[in-house]
This record gives sequence, C-alpha cells and structure tokens, in this order.
Amino acid sequence: MIKNISNLGDAALYCDFGNDVNREINLNVIQFFKNIKKSNIPGITNITPSYNKLIISFDLNITNFDKIKTEVEQLNFKNEIVNEGNLIKIPVCCDNNFALDIKRLEKLLNLEKEEIYKKFFSKKYYCYMTGFIAGMPFLGDLNDSLYARRLDTPRVKVPKNSIGLTEQFCNIYTFESPGGWNIIGKTPLDIFDNKNNTSPNLINPGDTISFFQISKSEFEKKYD
Amino acid sequence: MTENYFEVLRPGINSTFQDNGRKNFYHIGIPFSGAMDNRNFVIANAISNNKKNSPVIEFALQGPKLRYKGDKVYFNVTGDVNFQILRKNKIEEGVCYQNLVLENNDCLDLISTNRSVYGYLSINASFKIDFYLDSCSVNTKAEIGANNGKILQKNQIIKIENITKKYSSNKLDYIVSKIENIRVIKGPHFDYFSETAKELFFKEKFRITKLTDRMGIRLDGPKIENIKYTNIKSEGLVKGTIQITADGDPIVMLSDHGTIGGYPKIGVVISADYDKLVQIPPGSKIKFKEINLKDAETIYKLYEMETRNLISKIK
Repeated sequence: MIKNISNLGDAALYCDFGNDVNREINLNVIQFFKNIKKSNIPGITNITPSYNKLIISFDLNITNFDKIKTEVEQLNFKNEIVNEGNLIKIPVCCDNNFALDIKRLEKLLNLEKEEIYKKFFSKKYYCYMTGFIAGMPFLGDLNDSLYARRLDTPRVKVPKNSIGLTEQFCNIYTFESPGGWNIIGKTPLDIFDNKNNTSPNLINPGDTISFFQISKSEFEKKYD
Repeated sequence: MTENYFEVLRPGINSTFQDNGRKNFYHIGIPFSGAMDNRNFVIANAISNNKKNSPVIEFALQGPKLRYKGDKVYFNVTGDVNFQILRKNKIEEGVCYQNLVLENNDCLDLISTNRSVYGYLSINASFKIDFYLDSCSVNTKAEIGANNGKILQKNQIIKIENITKKYSSNKLDYIVSKIENIRVIKGPHFDYFSETAKELFFKEKFRITKLTDRMGIRLDGPKIENIKYTNIKSEGLVKGTIQITADGDPIVMLSDHGTIGGYPKIGVVISADYDKLVQIPPGSKIKFKEINLKDAETIYKLYEMETRNLISKIK
C-alpha cells in the first residue's frame, strides 16, 4: 500500500507506492484511485494514477494539504472494487507503411519480423495508466525478447493511432504527437473519441488489451 | 432578429476560447486547460457582469482583429494590452479594464500585449460555442473544446447571442504588477541533483525561451546536474511542476501540459505566483526562490483576498 504521502507543490498530494513497476503495485494504485473517486472528499479536482504513484490535486480555496492528507489516511478502503477491468480487442495493421520501425527492431532484437509479430500478438496486455496525451494507454508487459530502447532521436510527429513499443511497455498514440517509441503498426480504431462527451476513453487503467492483426484491405474497410 | 457576430480578420498568434477549464480528467490524459492568467479572466467577467465562469477569448502576444456585425454590444479587455477600435470616422485608442462599446461595422484590433503574454476579451453577451466535458476551454492537442478544439482561424465567424442592452460603466483602476522572483516548493526529486546544482537553481537567473506556449515554459540557464537518474518511471504532473530534462534544462508545466511525465521534478511553482509567471514574455529572465508549504498557503490566501478586493473596486 502507500509508503509515503508528501506534498507536490501547495495544491497536490504525492502518494508513493514504491519504485517497482509491476501489476500488483499498480493494482493497489488503481484501487486507491477508485476508492478516492468514490469518497467525495471535498475539494479534490483531479486524481492521476501511474505505475506506482498517485497524485491528488485539490482546490486551495476549499481545502489544504493537511486536511486532505488526514482524510485520505482515514479513508475506509474497500478491496473488491478492483477487478472491474474490461477485455478490449484492438485490430492492428502491420503494413510496411505503418510499421515505421520494424526494420530497426529486427536488427536490435535479432529477430525476424514474423517472430516479432507472433510474440507481440500472442500476449494480453494490462493497462497501467492512461495519459500524457488524451487517452494514451501505457500497456505491459511485453515478452522479454521484445524489450527495445527508445529511438535515439524521437520523431517530431508520430502518426495518430500508431502502436509503439519500448522497454517492457507498448502504447497507442491516440493523437499525432512527438514520441520516441518503436512503431510496429497502426489501428483503425479511435482510442480517444473527442466527440463523445461522457466516456471518450476506450481503454482505462486496469483494463486488459488483446491486439489482433488485420490486413491492409481490412484496415481500409474499417476506416470507411 | 438580426444576427450578431465577429468576423475574424486576423486570428492572432494563439487565440482560443477559455473558461475555468475542466476538472477530474487527468487520469485519462486531459489537463485543466482554462484561462492561463486566472485573475485577469475573473476580472474580465466581473467587469462584464457575467457569471464567474463565462467563456472569454484569450490571446497571446498578438491578438485577433475582429469586425463586429450586429446590435450594439459592450465589451472589455483585461491584461496589459495595446488595442484600438476602428469606428466609422475615427480610430479610438483602447483602454483596458473598462466597458466599451462596439457598433455595427466597428473593428476591434487587439494589436499586442505589452511586456506580457496573455490578454482577455470578454463581452456583455455570450459567444455561441460548444462545450466539451463541461468546459469550452480549447485544448488544441486533444482537439477538444469550442471551435472544434482549434485556435481562431482567419475569416471565421464567431456568433454572439444574449446581448445585454443595458450599459454599465464598469471600470477598474488596476495596473498589473510584474515580478521576477518566482516562489517554488521543493519537489519529490530534489535530491536527485548535485549540491552545486541545487544551489544554482535558487541563485542564478533563467531565461524564458521562445519554446514556450500554453503547455509549458522551456528555460535556459545554468545546467542542473543530475546525480541519480535523469529519467523516472512516468508519473502524474500538476500545473507549475518544474521538471529537469536529461540535458539539465528546467521545463515548467503550464495549463495544457501532458498529464504524465518521466523527468525528475525539482520543484513546483506556488499557486499564488502562477498567474504572474505565465505573463512573463519569452526573452525575460526569472529567478526561483525557495519557500515552504505553510508560507505558500498563506500567500495564496492573501492573493485570493487581493483578487476579491480588486473585484469589489469595480464601479
């Protein structure tokens, strides 16, 4: 559980769950996140779960660090809220026009393209967190033979809907954005729907993702 | 019924619709956004007799030039802004912090901000715009908010409705104070940096570079040497967080920031200094000053009291 609570500036709580990145610690973070969201502690404006930290922003006009810290510490936690994650299937087209870094990965990992894709598509991934840009999911863990470092020089523009890998993680670029992850394909699905006013996010922390491969013609059909 | 609208003759550099911003969406990657300089936003709406959280047009450095069509409408501009109203037979120099009138075919030229960055245009009426997740605030990265999540475009039309017919001569005598010292609370990774670096951080001046926008400020100055890890496992950020990049340069997160980041946090700008920080233009130098949490909380209370006091002086 929480190892330490400190302040992040004058309007946020920094809850530290340790330094390791694994599913167990992250489930704790997400459980905490869900409990606090339901708690209705006055003045909370934002809660940001990540691999092993939880940041709680608050409105200084309504509350302050000492008050919120006490309220968080005294919260009555319910453990059962945690296993609410959904299984979401994401189609990916690995056409050469989309798989911008597959050649680099073949060299870096010393694996044929087919093997890389076989290993990538055979696993289910857990969503640790979403963010940086709207809706971007941070997923893991990859088969350890797929661990690769970031590009030496990040791209100024990674195309929207690209699937990227780095270290033990993969993600989906929900918007065109700068980035240094190794791109292996593209999905026709909009992961963040900015026309949807209630739940724009397709993937949420705690969800499970399975990717499946589609052809170029299937990709184009789904785009229509 | 006549249609009332602005025609955008020149969009300006970064003109967007903003209100208070949106809460409770950090966890899906959506920052607060909202007016950068909250005090000037609040004052603009108070002079207009609008509700506190009414949408305004925020502009940066160079503002828009707008032609007005329709029934007479009152407006005001806040910030330190050089502007003109081009009427039928004359050019009128604009005065900030007071209600002025626009009549059919008048042009409002928001020429530039003086030694500052952001200015605000509020009207005694409402803009006919879309809201997304309870806010009109434009976030161009996520393409959300009014105007399809975009900055103002040349030749576009901005529709106006609910015009207040009654004139109120609201006015505020206010000169925006400028500061050079930005007060900072130490961050969770303060000890990632060498003793010399920690000292330099609070002793030397940093220049605000041109790589500065609604997302963040990139600073240039002495390199801040990291003696532990130049990258951390990505974690949440808040407005005002100062991260040190792997190259040793500080970057300050502003209202449209990415919600998570992987650089160590050396400190966080206090809430009371945020409005002033965002108004410091590129090329200027700033200095960070260390402060503790209790003092920051007290200073914030005083800052809010001062804002309320200013609003009570509008007449």
